[in-house]
Order: sequence, then structure tokens, then C-alpha cells
Amino acid sequence: MKVKILVCAILLVSASAFAEIRLGALFAVTGPASFLGLPEKQTLEMLVDEVNASGGINGEKVKLFIYDTKGSDQEARKKFLRLVQKDKVLAVIGPTRTGSALAIKDLAEESKIPLFTCAASRKIVDPVAKYVFKSPQSDDHAVEKIFEYLTTKNKSKVAIMTAQNGFGAAGRDALIGIAPRYKIEIVADEKFRDTDKDMTSQLSKIASNNPDAVIVWGVGPAPAIVAKNFRQLNMKGYLIMSHGVASKKFIELAGDAAEGIILPAGRLLIADKLPEKDKFKKLLVDYKSKYESKFNSPVSTFGGHAYDSFLMFKKGVEEGGKDGAKIVAAVEKIKNMIGTAGEFNLSEGDHNGLTKEAFEMLIIKNGNWEIAE
Amino acid sequence: MQFLYSGITSGSIYALIAIGFNIIYNTTGIINFAQGEFVMLGGMFIYSLLYMMNVPFIFAFPVALFGAFVLGVLFERVFIRYVKVKTELNLITITIAGSIILRGLAMLIWGRDTLLVESFIPAKTIQLYEGTITSDSVLVIGVSLFISFFLTIFFKKTKYGKAFRACYEDKIAASVCGINVRMVVMFSFGIAAFLGAVAGVAVSPITYVTYNDGVMSGLKGFSAAVMGGLGSFWGGIFGGIILGVSEAFFASVFPSGYKDAMAFLIILLILFFRPQGILGRKKATRV
Repeated sequence: MKVKILVCAILLVSASAFAEIRLGALFAVTGPASFLGLPEKQTLEMLVDEVNASGGINGEKVKLFIYDTKGSDQEARKKFLRLVQKDKVLAVIGPTRTGSALAIKDLAEESKIPLFTCAASRKIVDPVAKYVFKSPQSDDHAVEKIFEYLTTKNKSKVAIMTAQNGFGAAGRDALIGIAPRYKIEIVADEKFRDTDKDMTSQLSKIASNNPDAVIVWGVGPAPAIVAKNFRQLNMKGYLIMSHGVASKKFIELAGDAAEGIILPAGRLLIADKLPEKDKFKKLLVDYKSKYESKFNSPVSTFGGHAYDSFLMFKKGVEEGGKDGAKIVAAVEKIKNMIGTAGEFNLSEGDHNGLTKEAFEMLIIKNGNWEIAE
Repeated sequence: MQFLYSGITSGSIYALIAIGFNIIYNTTGIINFAQGEFVMLGGMFIYSLLYMMNVPFIFAFPVALFGAFVLGVLFERVFIRYVKVKTELNLITITIAGSIILRGLAMLIWGRDTLLVESFIPAKTIQLYEGTITSDSVLVIGVSLFISFFLTIFFKKTKYGKAFRACYEDKIAASVCGINVRMVVMFSFGIAAFLGAVAGVAVSPITYVTYNDGVMSGLKGFSAAVMGGLGSFWGGIFGGIILGVSEAFFASVFPSGYKDAMAFLIILLILFFRPQGILGRKKATRV
């Protein structure tokens, strides 16, 4: 009996001495979305190491439990339950993909575990679920930024060309839904498939409507083929793409045809080119140089989403302590928080906290990004 | 007019793939659903040689084609030869399995990213009446015409070509006449892979190369082959161009989202009304 009490006592003492904040994370580290999930995982590990090296949050070390969802929604659900039931985490960062995030939205609510997703769709936070937050910008923000840009150039006739996948469909909804607010007239509405190899038929149809700008919403090689065909047909006007092509890979694929393409993107891509007094510059350059020297690969905006999610979580624990509901209340009070995606101003009704100002309009020049005028 | 040029560009790609289907059909009477994968691998080979090993194009091109030929022979050795019950249905199913395996391997070796192959000839846009066409497309059209011309001569005029055709007509009779049927079947896979690689190399500057390209290009090439008439090379070209052009015109009239449905609609119509294809001839069957 005495031994048992002694053991219990030692366990209790050691538990309080090694009090830790248990943080769960779900990323699509392998599978089709691995180019998103891997930088997210690396970023989070880097940040947690940093925080622990400087004494942890409120004096307690962060212990990280990361699981790979392989990009599958079912896997995300399974691993989320494991984090909650077995690992007894305080909060969860991730998952990577919109589908997975929506698949565990209700689980987060039921188990009252704050969830900071790295997926972009507006549906994750609209309608608002008490325990669910998201750090990336929404498609709506990108669309608003594009229309604002066109308005300053006095252009109003646009043609849209969207991919037939989740990303393209969400973009199409946003483009058509938001156009009236900016008095933008959509004169052509074409679609393409990710596997299409020739877009000249859609583009010549668009050309016959003489739009001021063509807005293309897609990811992967298809938008690069659109760019090539656009130049090949000698089409006039602006060629605008989505933030889905904000990668070096796209510039490489499209080659010369990429020159002059305008797109909305997070500031991380042009961190070095921001003016010195820009309020985001310090954090972005800092993250970029640390990430690139540590992992020897170029920084991506996706890793930035994990960065921002962790910032939200950290702030929540600093203010609210180790209680789910209190963390949520603290995160909802976040104002003017500088993250990689932009300035976060959260509230009870807004669990994202970003506006269209999270995007900057960029132009591709000499195979690189510049700020568009 | 631009729709016509667009259609011819994609049509000539389909035509090249359709020819590959026809070669194997002409000797074995089966449809090789891994043909699309052979095309993809041709692109992958040329990419690896040009950009990963920095081999000049003059050497890279024959090496890529030879590699594909060996792969085609291996494909036949590994997948087709050891099938116990060689009914057409079994063999076709095997080629589907083979295509899935090749695709998986390509993903492991070259990754999921799309790879860029630069144009082999100086990229130019050629102005035509009310439209434009690129020099890359002209190259693809030229290559498909050249190949079908060459193959028609081979199959109709040469001794070996006749041996190939004999195998298609009647395997047992052919072997009685002293034709090594096994060798012919093996070589037909080799040649089909070789031609797939020619197609893959020729189209790679236009389409880029991705590990899963084979699925759609295989289906479109198959539609083109069925449409033109299985077994006929000119039919393959004809079918490919018709398919490409009708897709482009379809996209100009109807919402472009339904463009791909066109290919499958055409297959259905052909199968309903003219199962032997537009330029095909009926296989004579004894009762």
C-alpha cells in the first residue's frame, strides 16, 4: 500500500513538473496534396522547436502529435479521433485539405477541441462553428482583390475560364457571385479540364466577345497551357490567374507565356521586394530565411498557413490557458495579429479574420514576381 | 476557322495514339489499353534523357525510342505471355492491369509533378487564314502522316508485314506456314511501344508530361481508332482528326465543360451504327 501511494505521489509530482501542452496536428504529408502538407508539417515542427527552446508557452513545453491524413477525408476523421481520445490533445492544427476539414468540423464541435485548419474554403468558417478556425485567405478575398484591381484600371468586361474541379468550381461561384458588387460584367463563362491539352477552342470563343480581361481559375499544368495558347492566339487584354498558380513551377511550365500574367497572391512570395517599412516584411523575411536554410527548399504559402494557425493557437493558450472554451474565447479576441497571410482580426462571427488586403496583386516579369501597379 | 486548327492539333495527337492501338490489334486482335501509358513513358524517357542526364537530342531521341521498344517487349513477356487462357477478353483485362502498374511505377519514379519538355524545333506561330497554328502542332501532324505512310507500306508490301497480318487472320495457319507467332506478337508490342514513344516525344512540348496522362490520351486514342476503323492506319488518322475537330466545334457551340463527352458520344454512335468504323472493313467470319 505504501509503495502504491509512493508511486502515485511520484507520478503526480513528475506530471506537474513536466506539465506540457499537448498539441495535435493533421497534415496530408503524403498523397496527392503532399506539396501542401509537407511544408505545413515542417513549418509546425520548426515553430514548436523554437517555442520550446525559448521556454514554451506560459512556461510549459509544447508536445506535438502529428499524423498523416494521406489527403483522405476518412483518414482525417480517424486520426482526429485518435488525437482526441488517445493522445488527449488540447487543440488540433490542420487538416490540409478542404474536404478533410469539412469532414471533421462536426467532430471538433462535439469533442470541444479547438481546430485551426490550414484549408482555404470559406465553407469551413461559414457558417461559423464555435471551435473551428481557419488561417488561409478565402477565394472570395482573391476575387475581390482582382475586381478591385480591374476597377482601378477602368476595366469592366471580363471573361472567366475555370477548371472543372473543386478549386475551379469554388472560384467560379465566387467570381459570378461577387461580380455585380464591383459592376463587373462577365461576357463569357468557359470551363476546362485538368487533363485538357489544348485550350484554343475555349479561348477563341472568348476572344470573339472582346473582353478587357480573361480570368483563369485552376491549378497544375492546365493554366500554363491556357497561358501558352493565349499568347499563341495573339489575344489582347489582361490575362489574370488565381492564387492557385502562385508557384515557381507554373512560371517554369508556361515559360515566356507567363510574362505579364497578373495574379493575386500572399506577400510571402515577394517578401524581399516589400518596402522596408512594410509591417509584414520582418516576419515574412524571418520565416522565409529560417525555413529555407533549415529544409533547403523554397518557402511556400502553404507552410505559411501552418505558421498562422500556430500563431492563433499560441495566442489562445497564452491568454486562455489550457481550456478549450477559453482558448476559443481568447482567439476570438485576436486583433491586428501579423501573420504570413496578412493581418488577422478575429471575432465571434469571423473565424478567419482576413480581408482582401491579405492578397497583393503581382505581375510575372522576367520569370519572377513583381508587385503590379 | 481557329476551331478547325485547334481541332487538327489535338486530333493529330489522338491519331498518333490510335495508330499504336491499331498495330497490336492488327497482329493479336486485342486492344492494348496500356497504349496511353506507352505514350506517357515516351515523354518521360525523353525528359529524363534531356534534362536529368543532359544527353543531346540527337542521341536522346533514339535512346528513348529504343528504351520504349524494350519496355514494350518486356510488357508482352511479363504480362501477356504467361496468361494461361488466352481469350481476347482476358488479354484485354491484362493490358488494363499493366497500364495501372506502369502508371504507378511512373508516379514513383518521376513523381506527381508535371514535367516540362522544351520545343525541339524553334517555336513559331504560323498565321493561317483566320487563325494560327504552332510549329509544334505541324511537327505532330507531319510525324503522324509519316508513320502511317511507313506502316502501311510495311504491312502491305514487306515479308515481315505480311507475317504480322497473317497472325491476325489465323494464328494456327500462320504458324503452320512457318511464321513464329510468338515472336510476331512480342515484336508487335515492341513496335507499338516504340510508336507510342514517338507520339509521346512529339507531343510532349505541347502537352507537358504528367504520370497520369495515359488515361485520357489512351481513351481518346481508342475512340479515334474505333471511329476510323480498328486496324486501319489511315482510319486512325482520319478518326483522330475528326474527333479533335468535332470536339473543338462542340466546345464552340455548347458549354466547353461538356467537351470530353463528345469523344464518348462518338464511340457510342459508331458502335450503334457502324461497328466496323468509318474506314474499317468487316472481319470475315466463317459460320
